[in-house]
Amino acid sequence: MSHNLPSVDIQDETHIKPYTMNFGPQHPAAHGVLRLVLEMEGEVVERADPHIGLLHRGTEKLIEYKTYMQATPYFDRLDYVAPMNQEHAFALAVEKLLGITPPPRAQYIRVLFCELTRILNHILNITTFALDVGAITPALWGFEEREKGMEFYDRVCGARLHANYFRPGGVAFDMPAGLAADMLEWTDTFPKVLDDLDSLLTNNRIFKQRTVDIGVATAQQALDWGFTGPMLRGSGVAWDLRKSQPYDVYDKMEFDIPVGKTGDCYARYLVRMEEMRQSLKIMKQCLYNLPGGDYKVNDYKVSPPPRSEMKSSMEAMIHHFKLFTEGYHVPPGETYTAVEAPKGEFGVYLVSDGSNRPYRCHIRAPGFAHLQALDFMSKGHMLADVVSNIGSMDIVFGEIDR
Amino acid sequence: MTNFLNSFLLVEIVKGMMLTLKYMFFVPRVTINYPYEKGPLSVRFRGEHALRRYPNGEERCIACKLCEAICPAQAITIEAEPREDGSRRTTRYDIDMTKCIYCGLCQEACPVDAIVEGPNFEYATETREELFYNKQKLLDNGDRWEAQIASNLAADALYR
Repeated sequence: MSHNLPSVDIQDETHIKPYTMNFGPQHPAAHGVLRLVLEMEGEVVERADPHIGLLHRGTEKLIEYKTYMQATPYFDRLDYVAPMNQEHAFALAVEKLLGITPPPRAQYIRVLFCELTRILNHILNITTFALDVGAITPALWGFEEREKGMEFYDRVCGARLHANYFRPGGVAFDMPAGLAADMLEWTDTFPKVLDDLDSLLTNNRIFKQRTVDIGVATAQQALDWGFTGPMLRGSGVAWDLRKSQPYDVYDKMEFDIPVGKTGDCYARYLVRMEEMRQSLKIMKQCLYNLPGGDYKVNDYKVSPPPRSEMKSSMEAMIHHFKLFTEGYHVPPGETYTAVEAPKGEFGVYLVSDGSNRPYRCHIRAPGFAHLQALDFMSKGHMLADVVSNIGSMDIVFGEIDR
Repeated sequence: MTNFLNSFLLVEIVKGMMLTLKYMFFVPRVTINYPYEKGPLSVRFRGEHALRRYPNGEERCIACKLCEAICPAQAITIEAEPREDGSRRTTRYDIDMTKCIYCGLCQEACPVDAIVEGPNFEYATETREELFYNKQKLLDNGDRWEAQIASNLAADALYR
């Protein structure tokens, strides 16, 4: 039948049109359920279109139907790599509306665990980023250290990931005896592992070939696209909420903000490495200066009384019952409270109508703003560089889809 | 010149290889042989739920329904009526373990330390239905883990 075929111009046939390719949502390098629609010209990316929403759980809406105490576990499940930082944002927002300040010990514990979380987050990001660009060893070493950090989590709150530890008005339980000493010991041994990671990756030519000059975002672009955290600092903008608007006891801490020069994947990697060392510095200061005293506000209208008192005093028992059924009422008002989460500015916009539940709780997730930049960062790069870009963005879908 | 030599002699690659070799042979192994060896668990660990009894065998739960009220996932269902002897007890205490988010608020809410999240984390099942726990299953858990639950609670009582 071939003689029936129309004659074709061979030149037309060999020209391959840009074709569309699905990356994810089940791709191991997509860091979660990212579905990326890539328009490719050969192996060069012409357009990267992230499709999100596969992990949408309606957290914001759920929180509107929960009391303030019930809402904290939902924050663990946003960016599940850095649970405590997000609880911190919510706790600070509620405290601002209530007009209470947690006692110094609670503030120190919160800063201590936020910095531990930052280190755990950066370990995961850097090592899996290295894994994506071809280095397996850092991931194995990094997970060993993460395991130690999660044991601290377990000891302080009883869970390795979903902590539910920070509460408006302080923390849920006091730190157990011996934990501070063990954490201090870990802050002395961990830099050794960081040095090892450094010598494996920082000068490695393969790692540098995959990261240097890949996914460059200039300072202006970074600001225009709403970057925060290491993404912004990697582009040379010295901006960190812990310095610019300190919350809890960050104003008493001495630490530096690392800033990258080139704005590429490599700069972001370097910023995160240095941030871990600075976080260790903060952890040490917290542990040395950890004051005694209460670990949550001594106001039974907001935080539950101690169990021993609840079992012996009628008044405490009534407070306990009120708090665990009705919760506390927050005066009408609104606040936008942001913290420097490991991935960037994590903000909670909370509107209260005076009832025991938030009227509205909007969550500003840093990853959401970063992901939209994937298009311009990947344009003109090879397919494999998209993986580098995703890795260096520190994408976690729990917070993007909320 | 140094840069050229460094790059020509693969200095950073060789350094990295040496380091991995060091870890391979001279750093003690950190993995554990899981079902036979287990990692450390804190006394605060929040695992499988259990309903506890008093030492005389009487169940602790008095059906105050605080846990049902605080549960953010609404995983707990309680029905209660007075028993023959007039004391208030539950007739139904169900926890849907597939809904539970292990936040620990139920055990924080319980005024009589009846519902606790015990140290057990190995209760995977083959079917979903087996994870709908009823009162009997929870009480059995309590009987099985009571020794460890009691010592954990005692160890942590100072901090709560």
